[in-house]
Amino acid sequence: MHWQVVFPLLLFLIIIFGIGIWANKHIRSSNSFLQEYFLGGREMGGFILAMTMIATYGSASSFIGGPGVAYTKGLGWVLLAMAQLPAGYFVLMILGKKFAIIARRYQAITLIDFLRERYKSHVIVILSAISIIVFLFSAMMAQWVGGARLIESLTGLSYTTALFIFAISVLVYVIIGGFRAVALTDTVQGTVMVIGTVILLIGTIIAGGGIDNIMTSLVAENPDFVSPFGAQGDLTPLYVSTFWILIGVGVVGLPQIAVRAMSYKDSKSMHLAIMIGTIAIGTIMFGMHLIGVLARPVLPGIDIGDKVMPLLTLKVLPPFLAGIVLAAPMAATMSTVNALLMLVSSTVVKDIYLNYMKPKASDAEIKRASFIVTTIIGLAVIIFALNPPDLLVWLNLFAFGGLEAVFIWTVVLGLYWKKANKYGAIASMITGMSLYIVIDRFYPSIFGMHTVTLPIVASFVIFVMVSLATSHKFKNEQLMI
Amino acid sequence: MKDQRFKIAHREALIGIGLVIVNFAIWFGFAYGLGGGDPANYSYVFGFPAWFFYSCIAGTGFMILLIWIVMKLFFKEVPFDDEEGDR
Repeated sequence: MHWQVVFPLLLFLIIIFGIGIWANKHIRSSNSFLQEYFLGGREMGGFILAMTMIATYGSASSFIGGPGVAYTKGLGWVLLAMAQLPAGYFVLMILGKKFAIIARRYQAITLIDFLRERYKSHVIVILSAISIIVFLFSAMMAQWVGGARLIESLTGLSYTTALFIFAISVLVYVIIGGFRAVALTDTVQGTVMVIGTVILLIGTIIAGGGIDNIMTSLVAENPDFVSPFGAQGDLTPLYVSTFWILIGVGVVGLPQIAVRAMSYKDSKSMHLAIMIGTIAIGTIMFGMHLIGVLARPVLPGIDIGDKVMPLLTLKVLPPFLAGIVLAAPMAATMSTVNALLMLVSSTVVKDIYLNYMKPKASDAEIKRASFIVTTIIGLAVIIFALNPPDLLVWLNLFAFGGLEAVFIWTVVLGLYWKKANKYGAIASMITGMSLYIVIDRFYPSIFGMHTVTLPIVASFVIFVMVSLATSHKFKNEQLMI
Repeated sequence: MKDQRFKIAHREALIGIGLVIVNFAIWFGFAYGLGGGDPANYSYVFGFPAWFFYSCIAGTGFMILLIWIVMKLFFKEVPFDDEEGDR
Protein backbone atom coordinates (compact mmCIF):
# COMPACT_ATOMS: atom_id res chain seq x y z
CA MET A 1 0.00 0.00 0.00
CA HIS A 2 1.39 3.42 -0.95
CA TRP A 3 0.43 5.89 1.73
CA GLN A 4 1.11 8.84 -0.51
CA VAL A 5 -1.47 7.46 -2.93
CA VAL A 6 -3.98 6.65 -0.23
CA PHE A 7 -3.72 10.03 1.49
CA PRO A 8 -5.49 12.10 -1.24
CA LEU A 9 -8.17 9.41 -1.40
CA LEU A 10 -8.78 9.70 2.33
CA LEU A 11 -8.86 13.47 2.14
CA PHE A 12 -11.42 13.17 -0.63
CA LEU A 13 -13.62 10.91 1.50
CA ILE A 14 -13.45 13.32 4.43
CA ILE A 15 -14.59 16.25 2.27
CA ILE A 16 -17.48 14.19 0.94
CA PHE A 17 -18.57 13.28 4.47
CA GLY A 18 -18.44 16.91 5.50
CA ILE A 19 -20.79 17.83 2.68
CA GLY A 20 -23.25 15.13 3.73
CA ILE A 21 -23.37 16.47 7.27
CA TRP A 22 -23.77 20.04 6.05
CA ALA A 23 -26.61 19.08 3.71
CA ASN A 24 -28.35 17.29 6.55
CA LYS A 25 -28.77 20.66 8.30
CA HIS A 26 -30.80 21.88 5.33
CA ILE A 27 -33.03 18.87 5.53
CA ARG A 28 -33.68 19.44 9.22
CA SER A 29 -34.61 23.06 8.63
CA SER A 30 -36.59 22.61 5.41
CA ASN A 31 -40.37 22.92 5.50
CA SER A 32 -40.92 20.65 2.51
CA PHE A 33 -39.08 17.44 3.29
CA LEU A 34 -39.84 15.62 0.03
CA GLN A 35 -38.77 18.43 -2.28
CA GLU A 36 -35.66 19.06 -0.19
CA TYR A 37 -34.60 15.44 0.28
CA PHE A 38 -35.23 14.20 -3.26
CA LEU A 39 -34.69 17.38 -5.28
CA GLY A 40 -32.50 19.63 -3.14
CA GLY A 41 -35.25 22.26 -3.04
CA ARG A 42 -34.87 23.02 -6.79
CA GLU A 43 -32.03 25.39 -6.00
CA MET A 44 -29.19 24.15 -8.16
CA GLY A 45 -27.13 26.78 -9.93
CA GLY A 46 -25.36 26.33 -13.26
CA PHE A 47 -22.04 24.97 -12.09
CA ILE A 48 -23.57 22.43 -9.73
CA LEU A 49 -26.13 21.40 -12.34
CA ALA A 50 -23.44 20.81 -14.96
CA MET A 51 -21.27 18.86 -12.56
CA THR A 52 -24.04 16.67 -11.18
CA MET A 53 -25.12 15.88 -14.75
CA ILE A 54 -21.69 14.86 -15.96
CA ALA A 55 -20.73 13.12 -12.72
CA THR A 56 -23.92 11.08 -12.78
CA TYR A 57 -23.38 10.29 -16.43
CA GLY A 58 -19.67 9.52 -16.22
CA SER A 59 -19.22 6.27 -14.37
CA ALA A 60 -16.61 3.64 -13.63
CA SER A 61 -16.77 2.60 -17.27
CA SER A 62 -15.60 6.06 -18.40
CA PHE A 63 -12.48 5.79 -16.24
CA ILE A 64 -11.75 2.08 -15.97
CA GLY A 65 -13.63 0.01 -18.55
CA GLY A 66 -13.53 2.52 -21.42
CA PRO A 67 -9.78 3.20 -21.39
CA GLY A 68 -9.26 -0.56 -21.13
CA VAL A 69 -11.17 -1.15 -24.35
CA ALA A 70 -9.40 1.81 -26.02
CA TYR A 71 -6.12 0.10 -25.10
CA THR A 72 -7.02 -2.90 -27.26
CA LYS A 73 -8.91 -1.10 -30.05
CA GLY A 74 -7.02 2.14 -30.57
CA LEU A 75 -8.24 5.55 -31.75
CA GLY A 76 -11.45 4.07 -33.20
CA TRP A 77 -12.70 3.66 -29.64
CA VAL A 78 -11.96 7.29 -28.84
CA LEU A 79 -14.02 8.23 -31.88
CA LEU A 80 -16.89 6.15 -30.53
CA ALA A 81 -16.52 7.67 -27.07
CA MET A 82 -16.87 11.16 -28.54
CA ALA A 83 -20.49 10.34 -29.38
CA GLN A 84 -21.00 11.25 -25.72
CA LEU A 85 -20.41 14.94 -26.30
CA PRO A 86 -24.14 15.66 -26.86
CA ALA A 87 -24.87 14.34 -23.38
CA GLY A 88 -23.47 17.68 -22.22
CA TYR A 89 -25.96 19.89 -24.06
CA PHE A 90 -28.68 17.80 -25.69
CA VAL A 91 -30.57 16.70 -22.57
CA LEU A 92 -30.76 20.20 -21.15
CA MET A 93 -31.80 21.68 -24.47
CA ILE A 94 -34.41 19.05 -25.33
CA LEU A 95 -36.09 18.73 -21.96
CA GLY A 96 -35.12 22.31 -21.43
CA LYS A 97 -37.25 25.09 -20.10
CA LYS A 98 -40.48 23.35 -20.92
CA PHE A 99 -39.69 20.49 -18.59
CA ALA A 100 -38.57 22.91 -15.89
CA ILE A 101 -41.84 24.86 -16.15
CA ILE A 102 -44.12 21.83 -16.36
CA ALA A 103 -42.37 20.03 -13.51
CA ARG A 104 -43.03 23.05 -11.29
CA ARG A 105 -46.61 23.31 -12.48
CA TYR A 106 -47.22 19.63 -11.69
CA GLN A 107 -45.17 19.98 -8.50
CA ALA A 108 -43.28 16.91 -9.63
CA ILE A 109 -40.58 15.57 -7.33
CA THR A 110 -39.72 12.53 -9.43
CA LEU A 111 -39.76 11.81 -13.14
CA ILE A 112 -42.68 9.47 -12.48
CA ASP A 113 -44.63 12.32 -10.87
CA PHE A 114 -44.41 14.11 -14.18
CA LEU A 115 -45.54 11.03 -16.10
CA ARG A 116 -48.41 10.42 -13.68
CA GLU A 117 -49.77 13.93 -14.05
CA ARG A 118 -49.24 13.97 -17.79
CA TYR A 119 -50.80 10.61 -18.64
CA LYS A 120 -53.02 9.99 -15.61
CA SER A 121 -52.37 6.27 -15.72
CA HIS A 122 -51.51 3.84 -12.94
CA VAL A 123 -50.14 1.36 -15.44
CA ILE A 124 -47.52 3.90 -16.51
CA VAL A 125 -46.59 4.70 -12.93
CA ILE A 126 -46.13 1.03 -12.09
CA LEU A 127 -44.31 0.11 -15.31
CA SER A 128 -41.96 3.05 -14.82
CA ALA A 129 -41.35 2.26 -11.18
CA ILE A 130 -40.57 -1.39 -11.93
CA SER A 131 -38.18 -0.60 -14.74
CA ILE A 132 -36.36 2.04 -12.71
CA ILE A 133 -36.00 -0.27 -9.74
CA VAL A 134 -34.94 -3.33 -11.75
CA PHE A 135 -32.59 -1.69 -14.24
CA LEU A 136 -31.02 0.85 -11.94
CA PHE A 137 -30.56 -1.64 -9.17
CA SER A 138 -28.45 -3.75 -11.50
CA ALA A 139 -26.56 -0.68 -12.69
CA MET A 140 -25.92 0.29 -9.11
CA MET A 141 -24.56 -3.14 -8.33
CA ALA A 142 -22.13 -2.96 -11.24
CA GLN A 143 -20.90 0.43 -10.06
CA TRP A 144 -20.58 -0.81 -6.50
CA VAL A 145 -18.46 -3.72 -7.72
CA GLY A 146 -16.35 -1.33 -9.78
CA GLY A 147 -15.75 0.94 -6.81
CA ALA A 148 -14.81 -1.96 -4.56
CA ARG A 149 -12.45 -3.48 -7.15
CA LEU A 150 -10.76 -0.13 -7.49
CA ILE A 151 -10.15 0.23 -3.76
CA GLU A 152 -9.04 -3.39 -3.69
CA SER A 153 -6.42 -2.81 -6.39
CA LEU A 154 -5.17 0.46 -4.89
CA THR A 155 -4.89 -0.54 -1.27
CA GLY A 156 -4.42 -4.29 -1.38
CA LEU A 157 -7.37 -4.82 0.98
CA SER A 158 -9.65 -7.79 0.35
CA TYR A 159 -12.60 -7.31 -1.99
CA THR A 160 -15.10 -7.65 0.84
CA THR A 161 -13.38 -5.05 3.01
CA ALA A 162 -13.03 -2.72 0.04
CA LEU A 163 -16.70 -3.14 -0.79
CA PHE A 164 -17.73 -2.23 2.74
CA ILE A 165 -15.47 0.83 2.85
CA PHE A 166 -16.85 2.06 -0.44
CA ALA A 167 -20.47 1.26 0.29
CA ILE A 168 -20.56 2.67 3.79
CA SER A 169 -18.92 5.90 2.71
CA VAL A 170 -21.50 6.42 -0.03
CA LEU A 171 -24.46 5.30 2.04
CA VAL A 172 -23.78 7.60 4.96
CA TYR A 173 -23.76 10.88 3.07
CA VAL A 174 -26.61 9.94 0.75
CA ILE A 175 -28.88 8.79 3.55
CA ILE A 176 -28.33 11.77 5.81
CA GLY A 177 -27.88 14.45 3.15
CA GLY A 178 -30.34 13.51 0.37
CA PHE A 179 -30.24 15.08 -3.07
CA ARG A 180 -28.49 18.22 -1.91
CA ALA A 181 -25.58 16.17 -0.60
CA VAL A 182 -25.59 14.15 -3.82
CA ALA A 183 -25.47 17.25 -6.02
CA LEU A 184 -22.80 18.98 -3.95
CA THR A 185 -20.60 15.91 -3.67
CA ASP A 186 -21.13 15.42 -7.41
CA THR A 187 -19.67 18.88 -7.87
CA VAL A 188 -16.54 17.96 -5.96
CA GLN A 189 -16.42 14.60 -7.70
CA GLY A 190 -16.99 16.05 -11.18
CA THR A 191 -14.20 18.55 -10.60
CA VAL A 192 -11.88 15.77 -9.46
CA MET A 193 -12.82 13.81 -12.60
CA VAL A 194 -11.93 16.67 -14.94
CA ILE A 195 -8.69 17.57 -13.16
CA GLY A 196 -7.65 13.93 -12.85
CA THR A 197 -8.20 13.37 -16.56
CA VAL A 198 -6.08 16.36 -17.54
CA ILE A 199 -3.22 15.44 -15.19
CA LEU A 200 -3.11 11.84 -16.38
CA LEU A 201 -3.31 12.82 -20.05
CA ILE A 202 -0.35 15.18 -19.70
CA GLY A 203 1.59 12.64 -17.63
CA THR A 204 1.02 9.91 -20.20
CA ILE A 205 2.04 12.05 -23.15
CA ILE A 206 5.26 13.04 -21.36
CA ALA A 207 5.99 9.44 -20.34
CA GLY A 208 5.48 8.32 -23.94
CA GLY A 209 7.91 10.93 -25.28
CA GLY A 210 5.29 13.07 -27.06
CA ILE A 211 2.36 12.35 -29.35
CA ASP A 212 4.53 11.82 -32.47
CA ASN A 213 6.56 9.21 -30.72
CA ILE A 214 3.53 7.37 -29.34
CA MET A 215 1.73 7.36 -32.70
CA THR A 216 4.85 5.98 -34.41
CA SER A 217 5.01 3.10 -31.92
CA LEU A 218 1.30 2.39 -32.36
CA VAL A 219 1.59 2.28 -36.15
CA ALA A 220 4.66 0.05 -35.87
CA GLU A 221 2.69 -2.44 -33.77
CA ASN A 222 -0.45 -2.39 -35.91
CA PRO A 223 -1.41 0.47 -38.29
CA ASP A 224 -5.08 -0.11 -37.54
CA PHE A 225 -4.61 1.25 -34.03
CA VAL A 226 -4.80 4.70 -35.59
CA SER A 227 -7.70 3.96 -37.97
CA PRO A 228 -11.33 4.72 -37.13
CA PHE A 229 -12.20 1.05 -37.69
CA GLY A 230 -10.30 -0.24 -34.67
CA ALA A 231 -7.31 -2.55 -34.36
CA GLN A 232 -9.38 -5.60 -35.27
CA GLY A 233 -11.30 -3.73 -37.97
CA ASP A 234 -14.59 -4.48 -36.21
CA LEU A 235 -15.82 -0.92 -35.62
CA THR A 236 -18.02 -0.31 -38.65
CA PRO A 237 -19.36 3.20 -39.36
CA LEU A 238 -22.93 1.96 -38.86
CA TYR A 239 -22.19 0.34 -35.52
CA VAL A 240 -20.22 3.31 -34.23
CA SER A 241 -22.88 5.74 -35.48
CA THR A 242 -25.70 3.90 -33.75
CA PHE A 243 -23.76 4.36 -30.53
CA TRP A 244 -24.88 7.98 -30.79
CA ILE A 245 -28.34 6.83 -29.86
CA LEU A 246 -27.13 4.93 -26.83
CA ILE A 247 -24.56 7.25 -25.30
CA GLY A 248 -25.37 10.61 -26.88
CA VAL A 249 -28.95 11.56 -27.66
CA GLY A 250 -30.73 8.66 -25.92
CA VAL A 251 -29.45 9.93 -22.60
CA VAL A 252 -32.59 12.13 -22.54
CA GLY A 253 -34.46 8.96 -21.57
CA LEU A 254 -32.36 8.16 -18.52
CA PRO A 255 -34.37 8.91 -15.38
CA GLN A 256 -31.30 9.71 -13.27
CA ILE A 257 -30.34 12.39 -15.81
CA ALA A 258 -33.86 13.64 -16.57
CA VAL A 259 -34.64 14.23 -12.89
CA ARG A 260 -31.73 16.67 -12.79
CA ALA A 261 -33.35 18.64 -15.59
CA MET A 262 -36.17 19.57 -13.21
CA SER A 263 -34.07 20.49 -10.21
CA TYR A 264 -32.28 23.66 -11.28
CA LYS A 265 -33.03 27.18 -10.18
CA ASP A 266 -33.51 29.35 -13.28
CA SER A 267 -32.77 29.88 -16.97
CA LYS A 268 -29.35 31.30 -16.25
CA SER A 269 -28.33 28.12 -14.44
CA MET A 270 -29.39 26.07 -17.43
CA HIS A 271 -27.42 28.18 -19.91
CA LEU A 272 -24.29 28.06 -17.80
CA ALA A 273 -24.70 24.32 -17.20
CA ILE A 274 -24.86 23.62 -20.92
CA MET A 275 -21.52 25.30 -21.52
CA ILE A 276 -19.71 23.86 -18.51
CA GLY A 277 -21.26 20.43 -18.97
CA THR A 278 -20.27 20.17 -22.62
CA ILE A 279 -16.70 21.25 -21.96
CA ALA A 280 -16.38 18.93 -18.97
CA ILE A 281 -17.87 15.88 -20.66
CA GLY A 282 -15.76 16.52 -23.77
CA THR A 283 -12.60 16.74 -21.67
CA ILE A 284 -13.32 13.60 -19.66
CA MET A 285 -14.48 11.37 -22.50
CA PHE A 286 -11.81 12.50 -24.94
CA GLY A 287 -9.05 12.49 -22.34
CA MET A 288 -9.74 9.18 -20.64
CA HIS A 289 -10.23 7.19 -23.83
CA LEU A 290 -7.23 8.75 -25.54
CA ILE A 291 -5.22 7.91 -22.44
CA GLY A 292 -6.20 4.27 -22.93
CA VAL A 293 -4.77 4.32 -26.46
CA LEU A 294 -1.61 6.22 -25.52
CA ALA A 295 -1.03 3.77 -22.66
CA ARG A 296 -0.23 0.99 -25.10
CA PRO A 297 3.34 2.00 -25.97
CA VAL A 298 3.96 3.38 -22.47
CA LEU A 299 2.82 0.26 -20.67
CA PRO A 300 2.67 -2.68 -23.11
CA GLY A 301 1.35 -6.15 -22.45
CA ILE A 302 -1.59 -5.62 -20.07
CA ASP A 303 -4.11 -8.41 -20.49
CA ILE A 304 -6.95 -7.19 -18.30
CA GLY A 305 -8.44 -3.97 -19.67
CA ASP A 306 -9.70 -2.76 -16.29
CA LYS A 307 -6.13 -2.61 -14.99
CA VAL A 308 -4.80 -0.25 -17.66
CA MET A 309 -5.83 3.02 -16.04
CA PRO A 310 -4.74 2.28 -12.43
CA LEU A 311 -1.42 0.73 -13.47
CA LEU A 312 -0.69 3.54 -15.90
CA THR A 313 -1.40 6.16 -13.26
CA LEU A 314 0.96 4.54 -10.78
CA LYS A 315 3.63 4.27 -13.46
CA VAL A 316 3.62 7.72 -15.05
CA LEU A 317 2.76 9.98 -12.10
CA PRO A 318 4.51 10.73 -8.79
CA PRO A 319 2.59 9.10 -5.86
CA PHE A 320 0.76 12.18 -4.62
CA LEU A 321 -0.52 13.13 -8.10
CA ALA A 322 -1.41 9.48 -8.67
CA GLY A 323 -3.58 9.65 -5.58
CA ILE A 324 -5.48 12.63 -6.98
CA VAL A 325 -5.92 10.97 -10.36
CA LEU A 326 -7.05 7.69 -8.82
CA ALA A 327 -9.64 9.61 -6.83
CA ALA A 328 -11.24 10.38 -10.20
CA PRO A 329 -12.63 6.90 -10.96
CA MET A 330 -13.65 6.67 -7.31
CA ALA A 331 -15.46 9.96 -7.71
CA ALA A 332 -17.07 8.83 -10.96
CA THR A 333 -18.30 5.64 -9.37
CA MET A 334 -19.58 7.29 -6.22
CA SER A 335 -21.32 10.07 -8.09
CA THR A 336 -23.16 7.59 -10.29
CA VAL A 337 -24.07 5.31 -7.42
CA ASN A 338 -25.35 8.12 -5.24
CA ALA A 339 -27.63 9.38 -8.00
CA LEU A 340 -28.99 5.91 -8.66
CA LEU A 341 -29.54 5.24 -4.97
CA MET A 342 -31.40 8.53 -4.61
CA LEU A 343 -33.52 7.77 -7.64
CA VAL A 344 -34.43 4.22 -6.68
CA SER A 345 -35.24 5.40 -3.18
CA SER A 346 -37.40 8.29 -4.41
CA THR A 347 -39.22 5.85 -6.69
CA VAL A 348 -40.02 3.53 -3.82
CA VAL A 349 -40.96 6.28 -1.37
CA LYS A 350 -42.71 8.83 -3.57
CA ASP A 351 -44.09 6.74 -6.41
CA ILE A 352 -45.02 3.55 -4.62
CA TYR A 353 -45.32 4.21 -0.88
CA LEU A 354 -47.01 7.61 -1.14
CA ASN A 355 -49.07 6.78 -4.21
CA TYR A 356 -50.35 3.38 -3.29
CA MET A 357 -49.54 2.42 0.28
CA LYS A 358 -49.97 5.48 2.44
CA PRO A 359 -51.13 8.58 0.55
CA LYS A 360 -51.82 10.47 3.76
CA ALA A 361 -48.49 9.84 5.45
CA SER A 362 -47.38 12.62 7.78
CA ASP A 363 -44.13 14.48 7.26
CA ALA A 364 -42.49 12.53 10.06
CA GLU A 365 -43.60 9.25 8.50
CA ILE A 366 -42.32 10.26 5.08
CA LYS A 367 -39.03 11.23 6.63
CA ARG A 368 -38.68 7.95 8.44
CA ALA A 369 -39.71 5.97 5.35
CA SER A 370 -37.17 7.82 3.20
CA PHE A 371 -34.27 7.10 5.54
CA ILE A 372 -35.29 3.48 6.02
CA VAL A 373 -35.87 2.76 2.32
CA THR A 374 -32.59 4.37 1.26
CA THR A 375 -30.74 2.35 3.88
CA ILE A 376 -32.37 -0.96 2.95
CA ILE A 377 -31.72 -0.50 -0.77
CA GLY A 378 -28.12 0.42 -0.09
CA LEU A 379 -27.57 -2.64 2.08
CA ALA A 380 -29.29 -4.89 -0.47
CA VAL A 381 -26.88 -3.72 -3.17
CA ILE A 382 -23.94 -4.57 -0.94
CA ILE A 383 -25.20 -8.11 -0.44
CA PHE A 384 -25.60 -8.62 -4.20
CA ALA A 385 -22.24 -7.03 -4.92
CA LEU A 386 -20.50 -9.57 -2.69
CA ASN A 387 -20.90 -12.07 -5.49
CA PRO A 388 -19.97 -9.91 -8.47
CA PRO A 389 -20.46 -10.45 -12.21
CA ASP A 390 -17.75 -9.49 -14.77
CA LEU A 391 -17.37 -6.94 -17.57
CA LEU A 392 -18.29 -3.56 -16.21
CA VAL A 393 -18.85 -1.83 -19.49
CA TRP A 394 -21.48 -4.16 -20.82
CA LEU A 395 -23.46 -4.54 -17.66
CA ASN A 396 -23.64 -0.82 -17.35
CA LEU A 397 -24.70 -0.34 -20.96
CA PHE A 398 -27.49 -2.88 -20.56
CA ALA A 399 -29.25 -0.87 -17.90
CA PHE A 400 -28.61 2.24 -19.95
CA GLY A 401 -30.20 1.03 -23.18
CA GLY A 402 -33.18 -0.66 -21.57
CA LEU A 403 -34.19 2.46 -19.67
CA GLU A 404 -33.66 4.72 -22.65
CA ALA A 405 -35.97 2.57 -24.74
CA VAL A 406 -38.61 2.68 -22.02
CA PHE A 407 -38.54 6.37 -21.19
CA ILE A 408 -37.27 8.47 -24.07
CA TRP A 409 -40.53 8.81 -26.01
CA THR A 410 -42.76 8.69 -22.99
CA VAL A 411 -40.97 11.75 -21.66
CA VAL A 412 -40.18 13.65 -24.86
CA LEU A 413 -43.49 13.12 -26.67
CA GLY A 414 -45.37 13.62 -23.42
CA LEU A 415 -43.71 16.97 -23.14
CA TYR A 416 -44.07 18.22 -26.70
CA TRP A 417 -46.84 16.33 -28.44
CA LYS A 418 -50.37 17.14 -27.37
CA LYS A 419 -51.74 13.96 -28.90
CA ALA A 420 -49.44 11.70 -26.93
CA ASN A 421 -51.67 9.64 -24.64
CA LYS A 422 -51.42 6.85 -22.11
CA TYR A 423 -52.19 4.03 -24.54
CA GLY A 424 -49.41 5.14 -26.85
CA ALA A 425 -47.04 5.51 -23.91
CA ILE A 426 -47.81 2.12 -22.41
CA ALA A 427 -47.46 0.37 -25.78
CA SER A 428 -44.20 2.18 -26.41
CA MET A 429 -42.74 1.36 -22.98
CA ILE A 430 -43.58 -2.32 -23.28
CA THR A 431 -42.28 -2.50 -26.84
CA GLY A 432 -39.09 -0.70 -25.91
CA MET A 433 -38.28 -2.84 -22.92
CA SER A 434 -39.18 -6.24 -24.34
CA LEU A 435 -37.56 -5.59 -27.70
CA TYR A 436 -34.39 -4.44 -25.97
CA ILE A 437 -34.19 -7.59 -23.89
CA VAL A 438 -34.97 -9.90 -26.82
CA ILE A 439 -32.43 -8.27 -29.12
CA ASP A 440 -29.77 -8.10 -26.45
CA ARG A 441 -30.24 -11.77 -25.55
CA PHE A 442 -30.70 -13.30 -28.99
CA TYR A 443 -29.57 -10.94 -31.73
CA PRO A 444 -26.82 -8.65 -30.43
CA SER A 445 -25.70 -6.06 -33.00
CA ILE A 446 -28.63 -6.88 -35.25
CA PHE A 447 -28.09 -5.68 -38.86
CA GLY A 448 -24.72 -4.36 -37.71
CA MET A 449 -26.33 -1.78 -35.41
CA HIS A 450 -26.13 -1.37 -31.67
CA THR A 451 -28.85 -3.20 -29.72
CA VAL A 452 -30.57 0.01 -28.68
CA THR A 453 -31.35 1.23 -32.22
CA LEU A 454 -34.35 -0.92 -33.10
CA PRO A 455 -36.09 -0.67 -29.72
CA ILE A 456 -35.87 3.14 -29.85
CA VAL A 457 -37.18 3.32 -33.41
CA ALA A 458 -39.91 0.74 -32.83
CA SER A 459 -41.11 2.32 -29.60
CA PHE A 460 -41.41 5.66 -31.41
CA VAL A 461 -43.47 4.21 -34.25
CA ILE A 462 -45.72 2.27 -31.86
CA PHE A 463 -46.17 5.33 -29.64
CA VAL A 464 -47.31 7.52 -32.52
CA MET A 465 -49.55 4.89 -34.12
CA VAL A 466 -51.31 3.89 -30.92
CA SER A 467 -51.74 7.50 -29.79
CA LEU A 468 -53.29 8.49 -33.10
CA ALA A 469 -55.55 5.43 -33.18
CA THR A 470 -56.90 6.18 -29.70
CA SER A 471 -56.94 9.97 -29.96
CA HIS A 472 -60.77 10.12 -30.14
CA LYS A 473 -60.90 9.12 -26.46
CA PHE A 474 -58.99 12.23 -25.41
CA LYS A 475 -60.92 14.90 -27.29
CA ASN A 476 -61.83 17.02 -24.28
CA GLU A 477 -58.74 16.62 -22.18
CA GLN A 478 -57.06 19.66 -20.65
CA LEU A 479 -53.35 19.03 -20.63
CA MET A 480 -51.60 22.17 -19.44
CA ILE A 481 -48.68 21.55 -21.76
CA MET B 1 -54.13 29.15 -22.53
CA LYS B 2 -51.17 29.89 -24.74
CA ASP B 3 -47.96 30.19 -22.78
CA GLN B 4 -45.43 32.43 -24.54
CA ARG B 5 -42.63 30.75 -22.64
CA PHE B 6 -43.38 27.50 -24.43
CA LYS B 7 -42.74 29.10 -27.78
CA ILE B 8 -39.25 29.95 -26.62
CA ALA B 9 -38.81 26.49 -25.12
CA HIS B 10 -39.94 24.79 -28.34
CA ARG B 11 -37.54 26.82 -30.44
CA GLU B 12 -34.67 26.01 -28.12
CA ALA B 13 -35.45 22.30 -28.29
CA LEU B 14 -35.35 22.48 -32.09
CA ILE B 15 -32.00 24.25 -31.89
CA GLY B 16 -30.78 21.36 -29.74
CA ILE B 17 -31.72 18.90 -32.47
CA GLY B 18 -30.01 21.09 -35.08
CA LEU B 19 -26.83 21.18 -33.03
CA VAL B 20 -26.75 17.41 -32.67
CA ILE B 21 -27.12 16.98 -36.42
CA VAL B 22 -24.22 19.38 -37.06
CA ASN B 23 -22.21 17.60 -34.36
CA PHE B 24 -22.83 14.21 -35.94
CA ALA B 25 -22.03 15.44 -39.45
CA ILE B 26 -18.66 16.88 -38.42
CA TRP B 27 -17.78 13.82 -36.41
CA PHE B 28 -18.81 11.32 -39.06
CA GLY B 29 -17.63 13.28 -42.08
CA PHE B 30 -14.08 13.86 -40.93
CA ALA B 31 -13.67 10.43 -39.32
CA TYR B 32 -14.65 8.34 -42.31
CA GLY B 33 -13.96 10.92 -45.01
CA LEU B 34 -10.31 11.35 -44.03
CA GLY B 35 -9.77 8.07 -42.18
CA GLY B 36 -11.37 5.67 -44.65
CA GLY B 37 -8.17 4.83 -46.53
CA ASP B 38 -5.08 2.83 -45.70
CA PRO B 39 -3.62 3.93 -42.33
CA ALA B 40 -0.16 3.87 -43.92
CA ASN B 41 -1.10 6.89 -46.06
CA TYR B 42 -2.58 9.06 -43.30
CA SER B 43 -1.42 12.62 -42.98
CA TYR B 44 -0.85 13.90 -39.47
CA VAL B 45 -1.81 17.13 -37.69
CA PHE B 46 -0.04 17.94 -34.40
CA GLY B 47 1.01 14.33 -34.18
CA PHE B 48 -2.51 12.93 -34.55
CA PRO B 49 -3.91 11.30 -37.70
CA ALA B 50 -5.73 14.05 -39.61
CA TRP B 51 -9.14 12.33 -39.37
CA PHE B 52 -8.80 12.07 -35.62
CA PHE B 53 -7.62 15.62 -35.20
CA TYR B 54 -10.47 17.15 -37.18
CA SER B 55 -13.23 14.78 -36.05
CA CYS B 56 -12.47 14.46 -32.35
CA ILE B 57 -10.32 17.46 -31.40
CA ALA B 58 -11.08 20.39 -33.72
CA GLY B 59 -14.68 19.19 -34.15
CA THR B 60 -15.24 19.17 -30.40
CA GLY B 61 -13.72 22.62 -30.05
CA PHE B 62 -15.90 23.90 -32.87
CA MET B 63 -19.05 22.46 -31.29
CA ILE B 64 -18.30 24.11 -27.97
CA LEU B 65 -17.82 27.44 -29.74
CA LEU B 66 -20.98 26.95 -31.80
CA ILE B 67 -23.06 26.09 -28.73
CA TRP B 68 -21.78 29.21 -27.00
CA ILE B 69 -22.64 31.45 -29.96
CA VAL B 70 -26.06 29.89 -30.45
CA MET B 71 -26.92 30.31 -26.78
CA LYS B 72 -25.78 33.94 -26.76
CA LEU B 73 -27.88 34.69 -29.81
CA PHE B 74 -31.02 32.61 -29.42
CA PHE B 75 -31.49 31.41 -25.86
CA LYS B 76 -33.81 33.54 -23.75
CA GLU B 77 -34.23 33.74 -20.02
CA VAL B 78 -37.74 32.94 -18.86
CA PRO B 79 -39.18 32.54 -15.36
CA PHE B 80 -40.14 28.98 -14.41
CA ASP B 81 -42.81 29.67 -11.85
CA ASP B 82 -46.33 30.13 -13.14
CA GLU B 83 -47.35 33.28 -11.21
CA GLU B 84 -44.70 35.33 -12.96
CA GLY B 85 -45.21 33.63 -16.32
CA ASP B 86 -48.89 34.48 -16.73
CA ARG B 87 -48.34 38.20 -17.12
